[in-house]
Amino acid sequence: MSTNTFDVIVIGGGVTGSGTARDCSMRGLKTLLVERHDIATGATGRNHGLLHSGARYAVSDPESARECILENRILKKIARHCIEETSGLFLSLPEDDLSYQDIFVKACGQAGIKAEVLDPKEALRLEPSANPLITGAVRVPDGAVDPFRLCASNMVDAKSHGCQVRMYTEVTGLVMEGETVTGVKVLDHLTGQPGEYYGSVIVNACGIWGHAVAGMAGIHIGMVPAKGSLLVFAHRVNDVVLNRCRRPANADILVPGDTVSVIGTTSTNIEFYDCDSLHVTPEEVNLLLGEGAKLAPVLNETRILRAYAGVRPLVSDDSDPSGRNISRGIVCLDHEVRDGVKGFVTITGGKLMTYRLMAELAADLVCRKLGHTARCMTAEVPLPGSEKGSLESISKRLWNVPTTLQKALVGRAGGSAKQIPLADDYAGSLVCECEEVSVSEVDAAIENLEVHNLLDLRRRTRVGMGTCQGELCAFRVAGRLAKAKSGAPKARADLKEFLNERWKGMYPVAWGDTLRESAYTQWVYSEILGIGEKL
Amino acid sequence: MQQRNISFNNFEQCIKCTICTVYCPVVSVNPAFPGPKQAGPDGERLRLKNKFFFDENLKFCMNCKRCEVACPSGVKIADLIHSARRNYDKQFPELRDVVLANTDLMGKFARPVAPLVNSLISTKPAKVVMDVMLDIDRNRAFPKYQSRGFRGWFKKEARAAQDCYRNQLAYFHGCSTEYQHPEVGKAFVQVMNAVGWGVRLLKEKCCGVAMISNGLWSQVARNANHNIAEFRKAVSRGLPIVATASTCTLTMRDEYPHILGIDNADVRDHITLVEKFLFEKLDAGEIRLVFKNDYRARIVYHIPCHMEKLGWSIFTEELIRMIPGVSLTVLDSGCCGIAGTYGFKKENYASSQAIGKSVFDQINALSPDFVCCECETCKWQIEMSTAYKVFNPIVILAEALDLEATAAANQPR
Repeated sequence: MSTNTFDVIVIGGGVTGSGTARDCSMRGLKTLLVERHDIATGATGRNHGLLHSGARYAVSDPESARECILENRILKKIARHCIEETSGLFLSLPEDDLSYQDIFVKACGQAGIKAEVLDPKEALRLEPSANPLITGAVRVPDGAVDPFRLCASNMVDAKSHGCQVRMYTEVTGLVMEGETVTGVKVLDHLTGQPGEYYGSVIVNACGIWGHAVAGMAGIHIGMVPAKGSLLVFAHRVNDVVLNRCRRPANADILVPGDTVSVIGTTSTNIEFYDCDSLHVTPEEVNLLLGEGAKLAPVLNETRILRAYAGVRPLVSDDSDPSGRNISRGIVCLDHEVRDGVKGFVTITGGKLMTYRLMAELAADLVCRKLGHTARCMTAEVPLPGSEKGSLESISKRLWNVPTTLQKALVGRAGGSAKQIPLADDYAGSLVCECEEVSVSEVDAAIENLEVHNLLDLRRRTRVGMGTCQGELCAFRVAGRLAKAKSGAPKARADLKEFLNERWKGMYPVAWGDTLRESAYTQWVYSEILGIGEKL
Repeated sequence: MQQRNISFNNFEQCIKCTICTVYCPVVSVNPAFPGPKQAGPDGERLRLKNKFFFDENLKFCMNCKRCEVACPSGVKIADLIHSARRNYDKQFPELRDVVLANTDLMGKFARPVAPLVNSLISTKPAKVVMDVMLDIDRNRAFPKYQSRGFRGWFKKEARAAQDCYRNQLAYFHGCSTEYQHPEVGKAFVQVMNAVGWGVRLLKEKCCGVAMISNGLWSQVARNANHNIAEFRKAVSRGLPIVATASTCTLTMRDEYPHILGIDNADVRDHITLVEKFLFEKLDAGEIRLVFKNDYRARIVYHIPCHMEKLGWSIFTEELIRMIPGVSLTVLDSGCCGIAGTYGFKKENYASSQAIGKSVFDQINALSPDFVCCECETCKWQIEMSTAYKVFNPIVILAEALDLEATAAANQPR
């Protein structure tokens, strides 16, 4: 088999694609993962980071609810370093119909989700930021998940099982032999070179962009791009996930994730051509704040760090009924059966929560097509870094008296933290002061985690995700990248792109201290570092 | 909606300009201290994520407040650091820290046997024992305890005379006036009486600043609540509360609410420092000062860190400059390094002396007659580390004033 030929080519470096690549390579298939940008640049990195218990779907979509709670339990075993078991509350406000609580609790019970009705006072003791006017509260096993880390862990583990990974490699067309897809035509954006890879099965795991990829094979998938916008608050307002106990609606989930809290989402149908240029509107910001403050009134007075939006890959109901073989959420299409196109599979719909199940279904289908009998292991084999114990116990296992930097590193890398050397003063010095990221963590990410620019590095390490939004870290990171990889001119261009991307997220909420800080950042770069106009 | 930001001690107002770290005296001499920005607003975000992010090295913060003075964004950085110690540090204070923090109790024990204690703790063997057993640095000179405290003197010599004054104030003298430097309290009473104000004493307890530094949280809360209750009584009788120690004043005005969460809003503005009190009365034409004709002194003024935080050093400076025959030099702003009990600790001694060096060098270079300073622990540090004596401004005023002529000038007409 030549170096350009694979058993399976997975298109899309989101969590579904990375998960599918991991699953296939763990089953012994020769796998290639191609992604036009970086991992987690689509819907994977643009959601709440909510580890659903399934309770949100219990009433409206019991099948999704059951999938969620099963995957919830699995992820708590295989991806401990990506997850925080915060638990969640479903709050009834005076304007909500309290009788919905009974329906909700009953539906949770039927889906196998533990739902415990709490006295409102008890709920407020558990989460003091919750609206004191609540009339009811139900506790469920919600949590927080870091989608960047989850996606990167899947990608890294796929690589360790022999999977080849090509980031910044865009699929420009499919190689067809009659009615069979036999490969992908690509453009390598890093080198500018076109190329082709051949595979026995091609998996389309491109989220909303899967619509266009299927189109390359002449296949129509009825998809509806639905934009959802979210706001990031500058620090943790809540330690427990807060939901509204009513039929799912706008801005009714507040998730504590890492050092911040995230409120979302809105839902607006958009055009396919808008999917690559999403903007959060003032109306969305107002809606998120107004509804969010009903969950936790303190949001009215808490600094907002940035706003962002993602696109849900919703598959419309009028698509081929035979293709919706698993649930109304997950859509796994065998295009040979559905459209008469061989060697081509689409996995879409679903949720961040069910990525592993989606990957399993896609890999099952790939194996059936290849006549390969290996069993799925992803529900049992932990991801690299997933280790038993709390942040505290893992840190203390690795170091007698862990420093803040070491604690933060364990918070991100879990058990893999021990592979990052912090011994000498330089390696252990800070690059990112807000999130406590060291020189050696940045260097290790550049070396091992498919990092090509500053934005990639942010998705691996949280560099630039703190309150300074790149003010003190971006130029340091650019220096490390220039040295390790790209050279100064490219690092300078990366720096510009990075700062502009940070500003894009701040712009919709640019008032108060966020505006003040961004003005200061601009001053640091233009007046102190002298790279304003020439950048 | 979003009209104001109410983050705890303003930590979200931080824009990471890092000026605080530049002005921190500790960061440049002790690499173990993360510095005010990391320990304060940055650390707060991490601690809110997980209390395990609390860092023991926060104990190296001197609480000098220079970071807060420097901060252009109004972040209460040192308050954040000490609130974090209060909220997250689960270690019980060691014996040494309890001993050092209980300035009040130690004074009570030492007083009856003051000459013995004073000569004992200044002997080398005793210093070595304290160094080895308690980690109190052997190079540290201790202030002398007095056999007769300020309150005893006041009761016997001054109290009876106070009723004859038309104006009355409540005096918060603090521990050092009571146990080590009663001359400060005596000078206060002399000056106040001369300008027509009678002095009342409160049933005061130690302000607790050393308990904050040493983590005696429940004890300091008791003291704070006691003092605030006393202040309420005084304020309800129309008495202003006047102190002679800058640190006690800052602690009772600002540390009680910011670090201990004790509401003092109704009495805070009634708590003042004698220099501010005198200057404002002079400025309003309510009192007059008459100085001796033959007073001569070359004085340097060391502004204590907490005086910088209060922003009131201008009052002291102006008062001292009113004295004919005085040449006053204000030293470049800098910490002397003692920070209350901080410099007594063995692990901090070297840092303490390194921090204070520029202050000592300036004083030595200027070779004044003596140093003026409102803070008693600065006094101990400077007297130990230079060849010069240090006097509280009220002591200098009492010395420079013609008290009889002043009293006559302030007689109601």
